[in-house]
Amino acid sequence: MPYEIKFKQVLNPTTKMMVVRAPDVAAVCRPGQFVILRVNETGERFPLTIADFDRDKGDITIVYQEVGKSTKLLGSLEIGDEILDFVGPLGKPSPTDKYYGTVVAIGGGCGSAICYPVARAFKESGNYLITINGARSMDLLLFRKQMYEISDEFYETTDDGSCGVHGFVTAVLGDLIQKGRKIDLVFAVGPVPMMKFVSKTTEPSDIKTLVSLNSIMVDGTGMCGACRVTVGGQMKFACVDGPEFDGHQVDFNELMGRLNAYWEEEAVSMGRWMKETGGTA
Amino acid sequence: MADDKKRRERKPPTKKVPMPEQDPNLRRRNFNEVALGYTAEQAVEEANKCLGCRNPRCVSGCPVEVPIREFINLVREEKFVEAAQKIKETNSLPAICGRVCPQETQCEESCIYGIRNEPIAVGRLERFVADYAREQGESIPKTTKRTGRKVAIIGSGPAGLTCAGDLVKLGHEVQVFEAFHKPGGVLMYGIPEFRLPKDIVEAEVEYLEKMGVQFRYNFVVGKIRTVDQLMEEDGFDAVFIGTGAGAPNFLRIEGMNLVDVFSANEILTRTNLMRGYKFPEYDTPVRVGDKVAVIGGGNVAMDAARTALRLGAAEVSIVYRRSREQMPARAEEIHHAEEEGIQFKLLINPTEVHGDDKNHVIGMSCVRMELGEPDESGRRRPIPIPKSEFVLDVDTVIVAIGNSPNPIVPESIPGLELTKWGTIVVDEETGMSSREGIFAGGDIVTGAATVISAMGAGKKAARGIHKFLTGETVEGESGSEDESKKSESEKRKKSKKSKQDK
Ligand SMILES: Cc1cc2nc3c(=O)[nH]c(=O)nc-3n(C[C@H](O)[C@H](O)[C@H](O)COP(=O)(O)OP(=O)(O)OC[C@H]3O[C@@H](n4cnc5c(N)ncnc54)[C@H](O)[C@@H]3O)c2cc1C
Ligand code: FES
Repeated sequence: MPYEIKFKQVLNPTTKMMVVRAPDVAAVCRPGQFVILRVNETGERFPLTIADFDRDKGDITIVYQEVGKSTKLLGSLEIGDEILDFVGPLGKPSPTDKYYGTVVAIGGGCGSAICYPVARAFKESGNYLITINGARSMDLLLFRKQMYEISDEFYETTDDGSCGVHGFVTAVLGDLIQKGRKIDLVFAVGPVPMMKFVSKTTEPSDIKTLVSLNSIMVDGTGMCGACRVTVGGQMKFACVDGPEFDGHQVDFNELMGRLNAYWEEEAVSMGRWMKETGGTA
Repeated sequence: MADDKKRRERKPPTKKVPMPEQDPNLRRRNFNEVALGYTAEQAVEEANKCLGCRNPRCVSGCPVEVPIREFINLVREEKFVEAAQKIKETNSLPAICGRVCPQETQCEESCIYGIRNEPIAVGRLERFVADYAREQGESIPKTTKRTGRKVAIIGSGPAGLTCAGDLVKLGHEVQVFEAFHKPGGVLMYGIPEFRLPKDIVEAEVEYLEKMGVQFRYNFVVGKIRTVDQLMEEDGFDAVFIGTGAGAPNFLRIEGMNLVDVFSANEILTRTNLMRGYKFPEYDTPVRVGDKVAVIGGGNVAMDAARTALRLGAAEVSIVYRRSREQMPARAEEIHHAEEEGIQFKLLINPTEVHGDDKNHVIGMSCVRMELGEPDESGRRRPIPIPKSEFVLDVDTVIVAIGNSPNPIVPESIPGLELTKWGTIVVDEETGMSSREGIFAGGDIVTGAATVISAMGAGKKAARGIHKFLTGETVEGESGSEDESKKSESEKRKKSKKSKQDK
């Protein structure tokens, strides 16, 4: 079963988007779920959250930041090329088919792309949708138009102030809470520190907060435990029990430690890749 | 004459013809196969010892009833290919079984020659003929029958592969759905290369493909399609569930989520399925520290320990809360592990894993145990000795205390009867679950057990499925008397084995 790349777009210097033909996955996937892919025979298995899907065409959209060898390798493929293995949809879908009232959807960096289908689904279920889109700087802000179009209220933040509010997403979120806005649910996806601080921001006012965790995974079906996280003092497997969890219960520090488990090996792989490709890719 | 007889009686007990092996000092640092297999001469020498008993007991010790006496006779006559074909009449994966079956508790345990001597090396002979035949190139049995019935097999472990092979021979259309990108289940991702080379697993699967079995990889049943959809929308007349017991258990102690604590499954999957031992040629990293503790006493623990050694650990210990006699691992694996320098820390139970400020392991607290009264498994229960706590100096902990059934498939089938352990309840005779047309077998039914019992279950279910689809009983199978005897002995074994590692 080859998984053909039908479309590819460079979103910013480190982030790419691809549309992959995977009709089985597209037929049934729901917002919040992910796929695991392996680019070629020597490749590793790694998870990417589904950024969008088209059931009729049988397509899945993925958006990823080129942070290591595997994402660089994926990024080096062109339209018409094939991904060797592409399995999904994995994980539990986001609880988007419910009406909560006002939902704040927060995407940070590459997380905006992942946030998008979930936010859209919240909107489709009749929720009042506030989105906060954040990045380090303006050129790294993703899915701006898409997010804007589905939102009842739309905010942007950049760390360097090059666009929108100068600061982190928590600045806007904190402001909304401060103003006494009634918020029924916060959904946040992005770098771990961002999710941690979003959870810290909502905790005092006890606003239900869901975060989407990007643990290291191997199989993605509950068979290795690489993805385990502590939630509410209990061991959970992010791939089958998640990837979304109650942000107030997640042990983010432990997660950050586990995410760094292979940094030395990642550096070795990356070095090899740069040498093989002449550092161009 | 009488004198002669006396002398014969005094003959010292014989041993198995030894199988050549890689030197322990070399092999502890490489992933090549440890046991090298018999030569033709050695095989014939061993086979010549077989008494060819008129009422052989060895066969009743085999969950798939390999015609042991007949195949050993063929080895004696140097008809190795024919011998392999003889085995394949009831066992479609002999090259694998010859390597991983616990023969000492099965065929070889009941060997009559073995009462006074070391038993006939049935496993080594099975391995030899299977390897010989594969290297010669085997003919594929032709199936001309076409029943027009379609069966879906979920999971490509030994249970699924056996069921698929038997059903395709009976003329059914068979499609295997596998979650991973490669077939074989534990044979591929769990059991290491140095014990079961992956080429062999692939060759056995290729053989099935040539017989007409179709494989779909990257297909997680319960996520992409449910079993009900397969049956109602995709035209499958019956389904066999062989999804194994792949979900790793962890201890309920502090420190289980530290960075250098791994499940055996993770280390083994990274190493075997993903070829992490060839990093960075292969992209998947796998890393252990200098001082590794492996918790558990089953095959999984032995494999994890020996893998850790080969990945470069300086010291590897097995930490097991019961005694050596109670370890569920195959005798040969324990022996090999010892030869390679794995230390056995027995009657010791971990109570906490300690980490530093970066969540790296810096030690493991343990308590010493002693054996008390027998527990429900019949083994003497280990009980902690008061005030015997101490800290083991380790930087990596691998947990191998057993695996549970993966709930993805069972949970996606409404009305499916499960036990409180999450295993699927099936009819002993047919392998059918509480839902009509849905069959199951292997570790998903018994809990973590053995390759051969999974194969036996796949075989039984294939018969059950055939009967369900056509109303016919599979010919040439043993009568009901044997059957009931066997399932009794199997039951015994299962209850023994399902306590694996604990
Ligand atoms: C490390 C290790 C060493 C062992 N050593 C020995 C030994 O030496 N001798 C011995 O006899 N036994 C040994 N065992 C036990 C033996 O391997 C198992 O009992 C046997 O493999 C069980 O077979 P199975 O077919 O039931 O399941 P498995 O081999 O577990 O296969 C199940 C398959 O189903 C697939 N699957 C799961 N969920 C889904 C899904 N939702 N959709 C599609 N596919 C799915 C899995 O990916 C897997 O490929 C060992 C086990 C381990 C883990
Ligand atoms: S990724 Fe292996 S259990 Fe979650």
